[in-house]
Amino acid sequence: MRAPYAKFAGYLAILLVGLAAPLLFSAYQSQMAELWLFIVFALTWDLVGGQMGYNSFGNVVFLGIGMYACAAVQVGLFYEVSTYNNARGGGATVFTFDLGQYLEGLAIGLPVGAVLAAIAAAILGGLVLGMRGHYFAICTLGLGIAAGQIANGWEWIGAGSGMVPPTPPAALGDLSRFYYFLAMALAIATFLVLRWLYTTRFRLAINAIRDNEDKAESMGLKTTRIKVMAWVIAAFFLGIAGGLLGNLKRFIDPIDTAFAGATFGVWMVLMAILGGKGTLWGPVIGAAVFQVVKETTWTYLLGWQRVALGLLIVVIVVFFPQGIMGYFRERFPARFGHRVEEAARPDRAEETTG
Amino acid sequence: MSTMLEVENVSKSFGGVRANRSISLKVEKGRIVGLIGPNGSGKTTLFSSIVGTHPIDKGTIRFQEQEISHLRVAEIARLGLIRTFQQTRIYGRMTCIENMLISTSQRGGSLVNLFQVHNPEREKQAEDLLAFVGLHAKRKLQAGSLSFGQQKLLEFAMALMNEPKMLMLDEPTAGINPTLINGVIDRLKQANKEFAVTLFVIEHNMNVIMNMAEHIYCLAHGELLAEGPPEQVRNDRRVIDAYLGAH
Amino acid sequence: MLDNIQILVQAPVITLDLVLNGLLIGAIFALAAYGMALVWGVMNIINITQGEFVILGGYVAVVMGMYGLPPLLGVPVAAILLFVLGWALYHTVIFRIVDRDLFTSVLATFGISIVLQQLMNTVFGGDVQIADAGLGTVLLMDGLVALAEIKLLAFALAAVLGATLVVFLKRSRLGQAIRATAQNARAARVLGIDTDRVYAATYGLNAAICGACGALVAMAYTIHPYLGLPYTIRSFMIVVVAGLGNLAGVIIAGLGLGAAENVAGFVLGTQFQLAFVFLLLVVVLVWRNWRLARRREYLK
Ligand SMILES: Nc1ncnc2c1ncn2[C@@H]1O[C@H](COP(=O)(O)OP(=O)(O)OP(=O)(O)O)[C@@H](O)[C@H]1O
Ligand SMILES: [Mg+2]
Repeated sequence: MRAPYAKFAGYLAILLVGLAAPLLFSAYQSQMAELWLFIVFALTWDLVGGQMGYNSFGNVVFLGIGMYACAAVQVGLFYEVSTYNNARGGGATVFTFDLGQYLEGLAIGLPVGAVLAAIAAAILGGLVLGMRGHYFAICTLGLGIAAGQIANGWEWIGAGSGMVPPTPPAALGDLSRFYYFLAMALAIATFLVLRWLYTTRFRLAINAIRDNEDKAESMGLKTTRIKVMAWVIAAFFLGIAGGLLGNLKRFIDPIDTAFAGATFGVWMVLMAILGGKGTLWGPVIGAAVFQVVKETTWTYLLGWQRVALGLLIVVIVVFFPQGIMGYFRERFPARFGHRVEEAARPDRAEETTG
Repeated sequence: MSTMLEVENVSKSFGGVRANRSISLKVEKGRIVGLIGPNGSGKTTLFSSIVGTHPIDKGTIRFQEQEISHLRVAEIARLGLIRTFQQTRIYGRMTCIENMLISTSQRGGSLVNLFQVHNPEREKQAEDLLAFVGLHAKRKLQAGSLSFGQQKLLEFAMALMNEPKMLMLDEPTAGINPTLINGVIDRLKQANKEFAVTLFVIEHNMNVIMNMAEHIYCLAHGELLAEGPPEQVRNDRRVIDAYLGAH
Repeated sequence: MLDNIQILVQAPVITLDLVLNGLLIGAIFALAAYGMALVWGVMNIINITQGEFVILGGYVAVVMGMYGLPPLLGVPVAAILLFVLGWALYHTVIFRIVDRDLFTSVLATFGISIVLQQLMNTVFGGDVQIADAGLGTVLLMDGLVALAEIKLLAFALAAVLGATLVVFLKRSRLGQAIRATAQNARAARVLGIDTDRVYAATYGLNAAICGACGALVAMAYTIHPYLGLPYTIRSFMIVVVAGLGNLAGVIIAGLGLGAAENVAGFVLGTQFQLAFVFLLLVVVLVWRNWRLARRREYLK
């Protein structure tokens, strides 16, 4: 069988390209780092929206929690967070972070962000995942915006004027390559974890919920718990992604970066659907296609970006809901393992009656 | 012989429609019991009341001596009481074998169990049961692409996969090719004997139910009309009238 | 926050002022919610574009004011223009998603709403705008309760529009066709009702209702290209609380929401008023679902 080797070669190629890309195309490094994070966005959105059929408009909540929590830990380990935010560059104190402090802050901040995001998902999920489909969707829309509004009014984290994650010590030079590799590592880790997860019974359970939740319950599956679990897993990775994104952007605006429902929140959905809901590779492909298209056309679309985005959503949802991978699965079902296997075992029903 | 299921004075109405009125019945352990009645007489409603799909207005339902009328659907299923649906319910976009694998008993199962990868024993059991209902060749097809009759068989196999103590089947032979019906009856009887599953079966096909059940309850207009051994119910004047009146 | 509550307790007249003003805008919320319930009930579509229709209607009044026309005339004009827009949207996009699952319609109308937001932003600019109808203020209780005349007028107009709509749905042929389709689309089709036209009319009618609401909002309050979503959320919340096809419920929930929001805006500070609306949505849904769960049901 050559298939495993081909697969292995494929993974290896992606890894090598990912490692070499920032060196070869350093001008596009930040866009590529963003792409890795987008892959995390799309993969985690699809875990709940695609595999489980619970479409969320509110996953940015976890992104934002991770982002703020990470930055607050990074600062809070060494300074008072509120004075840091009030000073905002000016003021009497100069806030500097030496190498050790910077790395320590990051090493603690990222996991704290992830865990807080996961805890938030567990609590919110317990409250809202008892609802079905579209109620959940609109409820999460409310959650995402409410979170942004609260952050926008919360002085401790800088309220509407936002928060600046610690400035890296000058000795470290430009950190964008460092963050590129962290983003890449996160995307690969997320992918591998989900790939494993989708081989377990957990995927069967969330697929069952997507296909017929009443049936799943009547077979004894405690569906709300399973749904919450899926959301917690998604939130965990999104929390880390948020921490990285905040440091990558070097500025956290409550509504435009952290709880950015209008951009990241919508893009997550779009990327997952574009690539193909409910497939492992779909979100990855969707994220890649979306980021390439966005980066090549965005500057030409100034002022019309959101028009284009809205139209894209309408067109994809209406005409191409199965997405790229879904399209291939429909065209070539056998390649995705859906086939009749005749005479693998005599069918006893026909035996006795035929 | 102990009582598996005991329904006492159960009433259920939907707005003005009184679908079940003060129904009492018993299913003994290890038996095959039938439930018949004209269309709209409240059979499916009674099943739904028992497994907790909706709250009941009045009455008590005991499963193995335990009061279950306040429990949730999943909790009741975990006690070993499983029902199938008149309009089949399967997981349409999953393959047949996946439908089977996720239908295993959740009794005492925790969330952690869901993170297992392979379980050859379970896979063999799933394949055996699919072969048992004649769907082995279709095991890697999407369940939604099966015909109605095949879906009924799949749902039956899924229910057996759950290893229930008691199985409630809502018209298991509806939509099934007449030549296959005898096969299904054999399967049901076999499940009853080999797997020791108590069966409670709604059926419109008189031949099927007479041939299979040891005891039959008949509903009409939401009320229990008659009960007894098959021959007695078949010859009961009120049962005949109810059926003739309904058509 | 506690200080503000204290003020309310010590000076009930301020509470009265807040509640009355809240009830006035609540009528507009209720009217928009009635439109959403109409589309939801008849077409099984949750129309996320609701709020953008409202804001767009507001811009009609603003533009008329700019050209020296009486903004009040904006109410019928906005209704007519928005009807045309709704009708056109139906025939380009919505008709393709009528039979699809609810989430498809949520997402598709969400996409449309993004497009409309940005277009309004490009055309009308990103500033907060109003249409000045040039009316005064009614002062009650020694001037402690101030009610803008335009708000009173808006309330009255919303009530009249709502009543007209109810009568229209009951009496007119189209209204009857709409109600028949809502009950059973297939049966209506068998009876010779052109359900496609009914859907187009329903969607257009809802847009017209929103347009009229918007013109009232622009005169009595303010509009902004990105302020549509809160109106969508309010409508949705009201429908969830009242249930589909419960007119009295919609009115009560709408008025209640208006009052609650106004009081909350005072207590929490206006910067948290929107957060309150969105959180209230979550609370309302969670509470409804919890109530249902006790009856072995859930929101679906
Ligand atoms: N969810 C519901 N809401 C309102 N009425 C219902 C509901 N479910 C059932 N009914 C009504 O309750 C009565 C009994 O219905 P039920 O489905 O239990 O009958 P049945 O005996 O299973 O009939 P059939 O043999 O046709 O399946 C019918 O009049 C039906 O219309
Ligand atoms: Mg029935």
